[in-house]
Amino acid sequence: MEEVKPQLLKITFDGIEVEVEPGTTIMQAARKIAEADDSQGHLVPPAMCYYKPLPVSGGKCRACLVRVSAGSAKDPRPMPKLVPSCITQVQDGMVVENTTNPAVLDTRKSIVEFLLINHPLDCPICDQAGECHLQDFAFEHGSVKTRYEEERRTFDKIDIGPHVQLHMTRCILCYRCVYTADQITEGRVHGVMNRGDASEISTYIEKAIDNDFSGNVIDVCPVGALTDKTFRFKNRVWFTKPEDAHRDCDKCCGKVTLWYRGDEVIRVTARKNTWGEVNDFICNTCRFEKKQTSDWVLDGPTKVKRSSVISANKYRKDLVAKPDFALKLAATQFKPIDDSRPYTTDEETIRHQSIENNDKANHRSLLANNN
Amino acid sequence: MARKILTEHINVPGIETFDVYRKQGGYTAVEKAIKTMTPEEVVEEAKKSGVRGRGGAGFPMGMKWGFLAKPEGVPRYLVCNADESEPGTFKDHHLMKCIPHLLIEGMIISSFALGANKSFIYVRGELMYVIRILEKAIAEAKAQGFLGKNILGSGYDLELVVQPGGGAYICGEETALLESLEGKRGNPRNKPPFPAVKGLYQSPTVVNNVESISNMPWIINNGGDAYATIGIGRSTGTKLISASGHIQKPGVYEIELGVSVEEFLNSDEYCGGVRKGHYLKALVAGGSSVPILPANLITKTAAGEDRLMTYESLSDGGFATGTMLGSGGFIVFDETACIVRNTWNFSRFYHHESCGQCSPCREGTGWMEKVLHRIEHGHGSMHDIDLLVDISKKIEGNTICPLGDAAAWPVASAIRHFRDEFVWHITHPQEATQPGAVYMGEMALV
Amino acid sequence: MTESPNLVAFTPERLETVKEIIARYPEGRQKSALLPVLHVAQEQWGWVSSEVMDYVAGLLNIRPVEVYEVATFYTMYHLDPVGKHVIEYCRTGPCCLMGGEDVYGHLKRKLGIEPGETTADGLFTLKEVECLAACGWGPVFQIREQFYMNLTNEKVDQIIEELSK
Repeated sequence: MEEVKPQLLKITFDGIEVEVEPGTTIMQAARKIAEADDSQGHLVPPAMCYYKPLPVSGGKCRACLVRVSAGSAKDPRPMPKLVPSCITQVQDGMVVENTTNPAVLDTRKSIVEFLLINHPLDCPICDQAGECHLQDFAFEHGSVKTRYEEERRTFDKIDIGPHVQLHMTRCILCYRCVYTADQITEGRVHGVMNRGDASEISTYIEKAIDNDFSGNVIDVCPVGALTDKTFRFKNRVWFTKPEDAHRDCDKCCGKVTLWYRGDEVIRVTARKNTWGEVNDFICNTCRFEKKQTSDWVLDGPTKVKRSSVISANKYRKDLVAKPDFALKLAATQFKPIDDSRPYTTDEETIRHQSIENNDKANHRSLLANNN
Repeated sequence: MARKILTEHINVPGIETFDVYRKQGGYTAVEKAIKTMTPEEVVEEAKKSGVRGRGGAGFPMGMKWGFLAKPEGVPRYLVCNADESEPGTFKDHHLMKCIPHLLIEGMIISSFALGANKSFIYVRGELMYVIRILEKAIAEAKAQGFLGKNILGSGYDLELVVQPGGGAYICGEETALLESLEGKRGNPRNKPPFPAVKGLYQSPTVVNNVESISNMPWIINNGGDAYATIGIGRSTGTKLISASGHIQKPGVYEIELGVSVEEFLNSDEYCGGVRKGHYLKALVAGGSSVPILPANLITKTAAGEDRLMTYESLSDGGFATGTMLGSGGFIVFDETACIVRNTWNFSRFYHHESCGQCSPCREGTGWMEKVLHRIEHGHGSMHDIDLLVDISKKIEGNTICPLGDAAAWPVASAIRHFRDEFVWHITHPQEATQPGAVYMGEMALV
Repeated sequence: MTESPNLVAFTPERLETVKEIIARYPEGRQKSALLPVLHVAQEQWGWVSSEVMDYVAGLLNIRPVEVYEVATFYTMYHLDPVGKHVIEYCRTGPCCLMGGEDVYGHLKRKLGIEPGETTADGLFTLKEVECLAACGWGPVFQIREQFYMNLTNEKVDQIIEELSK
C-alpha cells in the first residue's frame, strides 16, 4: 500500500512562504526557511528557553514572540496577542510577522531588558562569554542602555559537585537543565526552588549532582549559570580551536567537540547544531576524563555557523542584516537629496533646507545608534 | 428586596448542616437533574441561563462546558476553583463557610452534566477551617446517598475530593491550579492545549469558580430561562460582591446584575455609603487586578450614563474611562487613601505572587514594585512615572498567564487617573513621606 | 514540637490520614497528595524540615527534589523552625485601608520582633502574608486555622495575652 503523506501546511513568515508538516511550530518553520537559504538566518526568532531536543521546553522566556496577522486560511483573523513561536503550531495559511513588525521587535527589546535587569554584567570573567546566547540576544535585539537603577538580586552560593559550577546570579530560568536531567538521567536531584524572581536552580540541601550524564546541563545552559569546572578560567572560547572527534564509548554516542589551546585539549563538549542545540548528549567520561588527543579519532575542524564569536567576525557580518525596524523604516522613507538645486537667499527656502538637513542628521544618528 | 439565588437561606440557623439545608429545599435540584434529566439537558440549562464565570474572566459557563472533549474511555474531571486570593475578594470564603451544601449540590449537578465521576474542590490552604466544613458536609451528603456509588439509584457514581492549596495566588489561574492539584509547583501551563482537551492528568477538564457552580441548583430548579430573566443583557443572574475599604458596611452582598453602582455604594441594603465624615476618592470594582477608577467615573460613565453593576457597564469606555467587574471585589477608597501607597502595595502583591516562569512577569513585577517603592518613599524622579507605564505595557499581553496583565493594569490605571499624585510624591518628597500623608490637589492631608 | 525530628515518622493516626489522602487520587497519581500531606506533616512537626520532606517523598514514591520544589514554592510551609504560635498577618491593600499598618505596627512592637522572627521565649513567630480573602473583615491575621478579624490594638493585646498564658 502506498504511504499516505500528510498534507503540507503553508505558512507565510515575514513574507516568505514555506510548506511544513502538520505539528510543526512557527519557530521550526522559520528555521526551515533559514536552513534552505543561509542569508535568511536573521529571520529566525531567538530562543532562550526553547530547545528542540527537550520536547517539554519552551514558552517561558518570551524572546521568540511573534505576531500572527492571520491565524489560518480558514480563520484569517489575527491573533489578539503576540504568540511564542517556539510552541505555537502552524495552521494552513497562517501569516506571521517577525522582523517586519515593529511591535514584535519592540517587545523583544523589552525582553532583553527584563532578562538583563538581574543578570550580572560579569562577562569579562564569565566562561560562557563568546558563546553566550544572552550576549547574542542582547547584542542583536537589545538596547545599549538600561533603565534599571535598583540592586540586582543575589543568591547564596551552593556547590553542586566536582564537575559543574553553578552561578545562580547568571541564570535566566529557562528550565533546560531541569528538563535535561528529567529526560536523560535517572533521579534528578536539582530543580527550581522558591518562586517569582527569587526562583533558583538548586539541590535545596547541598548535594552533588552526580550521574554519568550530569555534565550535559553545561551544554544546554544558554548562559554562564552552569559551566565546566575543569575549564574554569582556562581560556576565552574565541581563542580556542574546536575540532570534531569521536571515540567508541559504551555509555554514549562518543561524538564530541574538542576545544584546543595549542596542542592541549582544554575542554570537551557535545556537538551543537546550527541552533546551538545538542542532539546527541555525551557522558561524563567523554566530557571530563578524555582530554588527550590520543583518546579520540579526529573528524576535522568544527563548523561553527552561528551563536559563537568563534565564527570570526560574525558580529560584523550580522550587523548588516541586523533586523531593525527603525533602520528599515528610515531606509524606505528617506528621500535622496536633490543637490542640483540653485543657491538661494530666500529665507523660506533656507528654512526648508535646514529641516531637510536635520532629517539627514537624524538619519545618521539613527544609524549610529543601531551600530 | 432584590432576588437572592445564592444567599437566600444563608442566615438560617444550622444551614451548614444537611438536615437544615434539606429542609430549605436543598438537594431537590440533584434529584431533579439525576432522576429526570440527561446530562445534555443539564448543560443546555446552563447555556440558557447565560451564567458567566464568576472567578473574574466572565466567560459563559455553559459554553465552557460545551468545549469539553469527550473521547471514549478517558475520564473527565470537574475542578472547582476555590482558591480565592484576589485582593478585595472574599465571597467564596463566605459562601463555603456559611452554606457548604450549596456548593456540594452544585458540584453534583455539574459533575453529572459533564460526566465526571471524580471531582475536586481546590480550596486555598489558608482556609483549612473551611475545608473541614466542606469535608463534614460531603460526609453528610454521602451518608444520605447524594454522593458515592449509585447516587439515588441512578447508576451514577461521584466522588468529591477537597484539595487544600499551599499558599499561592497563582493557583487561582486554572492551569496553575491543575498543576498544583497534580502535586507540582503552581506554574501555569502554556495554552493551547486548553484544559477542556488536556487538563487534570492530561484528561479533559472543566475548571469553574465556586460561585458559578453554586448557581446550578437554582438554575435546575427554576430553569435556565428564568435565570436569564434576572439581570441585564449578557449580564444575567445575580452576583456576589465583596465590599471592603472605606464604607459603612463592609461584607458580602448578593446583587442582581444591573443594580447601579450608585445604589450599591450608597443604599443601606448594601454598602451604606462611604464612611461618615469622608468622601469618595476612588474605586476598585472587581478585585485588585482591575483598573482603578477616580470618583468622577464611578457612578457615571464618561458618556454621563449611570454606571451599572454589570460586565458591560463597568467596562464601558475601555480602560481609558472604564474598568471591569472581575471577581466582584469592590474596594472603596475615601480621601484619606494614598493612591501611590496603595498601588505600591498591590504591586508588591503581584511581585510576591508571580510564579517566576516567564521573564516579563518575573522580572517586570519586581521592577515595578521597586520603582513604586522608591516613589512612595520620596526617592522617585519624574521619568519613573513614564518608566512604570512602559514596564506595565511591556508585561501586559506578553506573559504565559493573566497574572502579568493583572500586575500591569493597576499600575497603568493609577497613573492614568492619578498622575498628579505621583508627581506630587516626586516633587514633594518631604511632605509625601510623612506618615499618613495624602495628596489633596494642591494641599497635603497629614 | 519545633525540634528537628530525629526519628521521622507520622504518628499512627496521622499515617492513617495520609493513607486515606493518598487513596483519593487515581492510580499512579499519588503525587497529588503532596500538598495535603505536607500540611499534615506541618501539623505534626510545626515546620517542614528536609528530613520530613525526604520522608514524605518516600511515602509518595517520588523524588525528594520534587518535594523541595513544591514546598519552597508555596508560602504556607515553614521551612525553618517556628514558634508555638505563628501569627500570619495580611499586608495587602484592603487590610491596610482598614488600618492594618497601625495594628501590625502595634503587634510588632508588642512582640518586639519583625516578620520572619520568633520571640525569645519561642511563643510567637510573625509572618507577613498576602491577602487572606477576608478583606471586608480586615485587618486580619491567622494563627493556624483560626482567623482573627476586625483587629484593633486592643484586640491584639487581648489575643496575645490569652495565647501567652
